[in-house]
Order: sequence, then C-alpha cells, then structure tokens
Amino acid sequence: MKLIFEESKSGRKSFNLPESDVCLKGFPHELSRSDVDLPEVSELDLVRHFINLSRLNFSVDTQFYPLGSCTMKYNPKILEKAASTPEFSNLHPFLSILPECKDRCNGALEIISDFQDMLCEITGMDCATVNPMAGAHGELTGIMIISSYHKSKNSKRTKVIVPDSSHGTNPASASMVGYEVVTIPSNSEGEMDVDELKKHLDTDVAAVMMTCPNTLGLFEKNIKQISDMAHSVGALMYYDGANLNAIMGKVRPGDLGFDVIHVNVHKTFGTPHGGGGPGAGPVGVKKFLEDFLPIPRVKRENGSLLVISNSDKSIGHVSSFFGNFAIVLRAYLYIKLLGSDGIRYSAEMAVLNANYVMNKLKKYLKLPYERSCMHECVFSLSEMAKKGASALDFAKYLIDMDFHPPTIYFPLIVKEAFMIEPTETESKETLDKFVDTVIDAVKLTEQNAEVFKEFPKTTIISRPDETKAARDLIVKYEK
Amino acid sequence: MNFCPHTPEDIKEMCSTCNVSVPNDLFKGLPVEDIDFKKLNKGISEFEGYNNILDLARKNNLLSYHFIGGGLYDHIIPSVVDFTTSRSEFYTAYTPYQPECSQGTLQALFEYQTAICNLTDLDVTNASLYDGGSALAEAVLMSLRITKREKIVMDKSVNPIYRNIVKTYLKFLPYELLEVETNEIEPDFEKIKSLLDSDVACFVFQNPTFYGSVKDWTDLINFAHEKGVLAVSSVYPISLGIVKTPGQMGVDIATGDGQSLGNPLSFGGPYFGFLVTKKAYIRNMPGRIVGETVDRNNKRSFVLTLQAREQHIKRHRATSNICSNEGLCALRALVYLCSLGKSGLKELALLNFSKGEYMKEKLSDIGLTIKNKGTTFNEFVVEFKKPAKEIFSALLSKNIAFGIPLYLFGGSENTILVNVTEKMSKEKIDNVCSILEAIL
Repeated sequence: MKLIFEESKSGRKSFNLPESDVCLKGFPHELSRSDVDLPEVSELDLVRHFINLSRLNFSVDTQFYPLGSCTMKYNPKILEKAASTPEFSNLHPFLSILPECKDRCNGALEIISDFQDMLCEITGMDCATVNPMAGAHGELTGIMIISSYHKSKNSKRTKVIVPDSSHGTNPASASMVGYEVVTIPSNSEGEMDVDELKKHLDTDVAAVMMTCPNTLGLFEKNIKQISDMAHSVGALMYYDGANLNAIMGKVRPGDLGFDVIHVNVHKTFGTPHGGGGPGAGPVGVKKFLEDFLPIPRVKRENGSLLVISNSDKSIGHVSSFFGNFAIVLRAYLYIKLLGSDGIRYSAEMAVLNANYVMNKLKKYLKLPYERSCMHECVFSLSEMAKKGASALDFAKYLIDMDFHPPTIYFPLIVKEAFMIEPTETESKETLDKFVDTVIDAVKLTEQNAEVFKEFPKTTIISRPDETKAARDLIVKYEK
Repeated sequence: MNFCPHTPEDIKEMCSTCNVSVPNDLFKGLPVEDIDFKKLNKGISEFEGYNNILDLARKNNLLSYHFIGGGLYDHIIPSVVDFTTSRSEFYTAYTPYQPECSQGTLQALFEYQTAICNLTDLDVTNASLYDGGSALAEAVLMSLRITKREKIVMDKSVNPIYRNIVKTYLKFLPYELLEVETNEIEPDFEKIKSLLDSDVACFVFQNPTFYGSVKDWTDLINFAHEKGVLAVSSVYPISLGIVKTPGQMGVDIATGDGQSLGNPLSFGGPYFGFLVTKKAYIRNMPGRIVGETVDRNNKRSFVLTLQAREQHIKRHRATSNICSNEGLCALRALVYLCSLGKSGLKELALLNFSKGEYMKEKLSDIGLTIKNKGTTFNEFVVEFKKPAKEIFSALLSKNIAFGIPLYLFGGSENTILVNVTEKMSKEKIDNVCSILEAIL
C-alpha cells in the first residue's frame, strides 16, 4: 500500500477549523519555523487509507490470537463506550490538585480508589497506585519502592535476583534502578532452582523478582519457601503480574509472601492491547511500603477521598497524574462486570483451555516439562527444526491458516519455544481447529519440510528482510 | 457475567481430555484459598455496569469552561481520529512481532515516525513512549549513555512535574542533577551557560517554557555543543505549527507529550511520549522502531528493527525496560496530523497564538500584568495584586477554572498560568475578563 505521504496532493485538506473570532496575528519571523511536511489529503482519502491499513492486521476481533505471555483475551465493547463518557474523557487532570476542585473530579477519584481496593483484594495487597503506565513501568516503580525502602533502613543492597525464565523487562527494570542482576537457572521441572538461589541469597540482595505461574506456564511449587528464604535475609519479593490471569480469584500473590506486585491490566483485566499499547501497570504493596508509593496518590480516609501530592518518603512522580486513567476505568468496569465469581471462573477456563490444547498437542510436539500447566503451555519445536521446519516456519504456516501465531523463541530457556496462551474467551471449536492445524503442520514436516520456507503465501508481504532493515535503517519516508 | 463460551458439555469433554473431573482439579497442589471478597461483589450485567459508570460520571461536578493547560491542552479532535482508530484490527491487535499479519500497524507507525520527524525537523524517532515526562527522563538517560558523562543541567522553566519525573528516574543512579533557577519566570541563559562544562552530559530545557515563553535557544545550544554537551528539550507539538523547531535550533534529543495531537484529556491518560533525535544516536534510543525493508519478492515491507537494543533480547543491558508503549495514541496522533495536514497545523497554531494575544491584550487593558518578557504561544502568566487563590476561587464559584495558580509549584502567590486554545471563544474570554475586572 502507498504511504499516506505518497497520497498527498498539494492543496487538498481534510479538517476545517472554525473561523477565527479574533484578529489573526503574525508570529514573529525570527522565532518561526519553515513549512512542515505533512500529508495533504481529503477526508475520504484519509479514511480509506487507514481503514485499508487496518485490514492488513490480525487482531483478537478477527482471528484467534494465542500469543503466549500476552493474554490476548476478548475486549468487551462496553469498556470502550464507558471510557468515552464525556465527563471522563474531557476531564483535565490538573483539577485533582487545583484548589477547591476535588468535587470537579470526584467520580474519577472514586474509580481510582475503588480500583485500587479491588486490585488489593484480588492480589492480597494492602495499598496500590494506578500511576505506572504499563507493566514494565510498574516494575520500574516497584523496584524503586523497594530501593527506597532499603535506603530508609540504611541498608545498602546492590543486587536483584531473577530466574532465567523471566521476562526481559525484569532484569531491565532492576538495572534502571541501578541494581546488578543475578540470574538463577531453572531446574529440571521448569522452576527456580532453590539450591542455586540459596548460593546467591545474601544481605546484598534487595529483591527477588518472580512471575508465578512462570513464563513456562508452570506454578512455582516452592514459592512460599522462596519467599521465606528471601525475607530471612531482608530481601523483598516482587511479583510480576503478567500471568495473574491464571490464578486470579484463586491464589493471591500477597498470601504467597510477595511484598510488591504489578498487574498488566491489558492482559488480566480485559483492556485492549492497542497494537502495542496503551496498557496500564498498577502496583500494589504491603502496608509497610505504603509511604514509598509514587505521588500523586488517591486515598480514602474516613469515607472521603484525598489526593496526596506531597510525601517525603515517596519515590516521587513516575507519571504526571494517575497514569493511563481511561485504561484503568476500563479495567475497573471489567472487574465489576465479572465480579468475584466471574474472575475466579475466568481463571479456571483460561487454565482449562491451555491444558486442553497442551493435552491435545503433546502427542505431536515435544513438551519440555511434562506436567499440568496453568494458563499457557510451552512446546519445543527443536525436533521439527532439525527436520527443516523451525518455530518461525510454524508461525508463518499458521498465518496462512488464518491464526495469529503463538509467541516463539520465548522463554529463552526452551529451544525453538512455541508458547500457546489460548485465554478463557476462546471456544472449544476454535481450539480444536487450531490444534488440528498445528497437527497438520507436524504431518507436513514429516512429508515435506521444505515447503515451510514458502509460507506465508496469503499475506500482503512474505518474510521481510530484517537484516536489510537493520542495515539500511530507513525509519521515515523521504521523497 | 463473564465472557467465556464454555457450555457444560464443553467443560466435561475438555476435562476428560485433561484427565480431570472438574476444572478446579487443575489447580490441585496450589495454595488455593477461599478469598473473602468484601469490596468485590458478584458480577453484574453490562447494563448495570454502564449505569454505574454514568453515576460516577455525574459525580464530576462539571465546569462551564476552563483555562487550564500546563502541558495538557483542550484541542478540537476531528471525528476521523476516533473513527479510524476504533477499528478492531488496530485496537485489538498487539505488538507487531509477526510482520506479515501486522503490516497495518507497522506501516501506520512508520508514517507516524515520519510525521514526528517532520514536525520536529529531526532524523529518527521510535514508535512512542509513555508520556511527555517519562520521555524526557529517557532522553536524559540516553544523553548519559551517549556522552558517558555524569552531570545533568536542567532549567527550572521546564514543567515542574516533568522535572519531578526526571528526578525520580535519576535518584537511584550515580549522577548529579543541577537545576538552574529562572530569572522570575524566564530561563536565565547566562546562568545555564556558566554551568556547562566537559562533565555535563546534557542541558534540559522546554520550549515554549512551562510558563509559555517562546525562545530561540540556538546560541546556547551552539555553546553547549562546543563543550560536548547535548541539548535535550521538551516541546509542545501543536506550537510546532509555527514555532522554530528543535531541529532548526540544533537540539540533539527532542521529546514531548503527544496528548495535544488528537488524544482526549481523560484525567491524565492514556497519552504518549515522543522522543526524536539525530541519526547518529539511533542505537542509543529506547523503545521500538519500525524500519522499511523489502520482502522476498522485493516488495516494500515494514518490520520492527534494531531490536537488539531492547529488553526482550538485551535484558539488563537494554537501552530501556520499555515493552508496551502507547501505540494506539501514536496512531491517533498520526491521523490527527494527517487530518489537519500541512496548512491546517499552521492555521491551528496561528489561531491558538492569536487567541492568546487577544486575551493578553484584554487582561492588560483591565490593568493586569503579563509576566512573560517576550513572545508566548497560547499560554502565559498573569500577575494579580491579590492572592491568586482568591481570584481562582471567585471564578470557580462561577464554574470557571481560571488556569493554574503558580504557588502550587513554588511560584509567587499572585500569579496564574493561563492557557487558551482554538476552542476558547472571544465571548468567553471577554466574559472572564469582565468578571475579573469586577473583582480586582
């Protein structure tokens, strides 16, 4: 497809501004820019361009999207309608800190406060903030809170421990807060190796970051023991909530010994992924960490809502106001709709769907850790790769069969990883069709693995040259 | 309610495949506990849930109109922005890791990158960061990586909340941050200059400043470059319809909040942050980047590129921890900029400037002082003879929020930061001025 810049024709325009009711002034020449190169298109050109572009995407609303670790569940449409309520969408966030203006944004503050409370209830935490704008931003905030806590105790700690199966954001977040990262290998059961952890756990350790269930889709059976061990040397436990969908309403990270958690609401609480974002990464903490939460903070005291915008111990601002409020509003409504019963049931169905797919496929694909999984299952396609069809080839085959591929090559500890997360909103029929398609791919590998290199054949492009992209670095259009 | 499609029969069959009798058996061995939910009730229907939201919406006691800016501005959003970006294929997709089934998102982001580069007159940008403040913090971290120096000089006419975000990002790291006092509300170029030496990684400024003043920073930037210091700025993208650009002034890394480009205020987000820089620094950039290439049939294609900088590959050595960005908000910005187009953005900026000038004149006419010494864009500081709190309160009783009293950010008791956009009519400006005249 042409770029919108290539569709531009001098003199065309789309939007009309209202005519000025004041005298137009000339801007001082010495402070002025030269003309800005933006497309000149009619409104129809513009609409057609973007609608046609959208048609080049796979999405949850059009295809099964079992992208492991991303929880691509259905996004209820009422959430979009609710978020566009003018009383919220037109609300200026400065009203939360301007004098005598709290009643101007009371409804919004109530949503934040109630969301924080519900989040605490689901995760077993005592206090929460909605300010971080994505999961990784929540991690950064959480690790800053942990660092501030240790500093307040005059405890100099330099290390953060992560398992080798962790998301890349964990070590990256710890590193941004100035910590050295220690990686602990997984044992033969796909869990953190406790003996190995023992060797590294000392009073230099600020935190142990864990995902539970972990990125292999497995529940860490020793999690309580790990928490106790960490706490015994004064380290705190950080919970990466990327996989909370598997256990929500059933197991609470707070009860497992975690001190700080974040939740990716675009995964767990039904808000859309937006082609990469926006998400939201609210953080929950145990009571003893409350003072370190970022500002501004919404807090309910004696029935009335307060906005705290100054606090000595707080880590400070991580976003200007209350993070991605309109995303939090969606998550708030999602949790309300599901309620305690729906939350628990959704976790059960997510786990059932993943186990169903795993059991159906394990006769055909290698399962590196043979046990019941949680919300996702990870296969290794290393055998297939030897025959000539890699995880990437499988992914491209699935695209031709109208499925979004699972996550591939992650977690890094599984060779040719193929990570399937069906989510609870998919039907048995969809899963059966997907399973059959994967089995067909396995059979095709036996017969003629060569053909895989030709996939995908049905898409607008096929196998773009990524090396060339990195070498040439064309990152904008130039005439 | 829930959104699961499982019939009892499905569940039975699926459990049998999994060798369990009920789904709950799959949680065997886990420390499952009966959670005593107090805040969270049983599920409700969509109808009830939506009514709940509408009830809450009514608790926001609405203003007639307001003059609040401070980095977040109430601009007209063309209807095509909502329409195109609410396409399911855009908003229910995720990160375009599989280029063959994500060319829509990838091409749109490539176009977005082009628009942002053109707007700022710089070479390269990423597919968005979280917001203006965190983008500025990322730019500072980037300058530390590039120069391998350890000091940062930041002007105090930068948005105070952004300065706080930068401070939060820096306070856990072994760097030194020097903040430069302003001369009343204007940046003190000489003072900044005196602090720039070969230990400084970057100096950070905002244009227009938080107080609305538009400056030409070119000479100071040239001076900084002589000392090997990078120039990092925060800009208000709408002002770039007319104001001299970061690229023209020689800025090394420009950042800003994309809210004003087609994103509703929504009580703080979601918006997006942009970060634009010179080509030489592309490998030090945080965030995802879309690049052009060709596919096996030599057809133009778009892919995520330079991923080796990112957390999912580099882990603790990544340029940033960012994963999810604000892609859909960036897409909104692209549609917005295309809808306004080349002439529209200029026209919009002039309209904002002209309304600001009109209001400044009206306020001067009734005897008030505009504190800005030179040119402003659509925001400025007004000084009163009475405490700003009293003025603000009097207008609030008439359902008008009159800007941001600057004592909230350690400024003088008598000043208010006032913003007008194209949405503000002459009639309302006249009205507020006559109310002010009566209470002065």
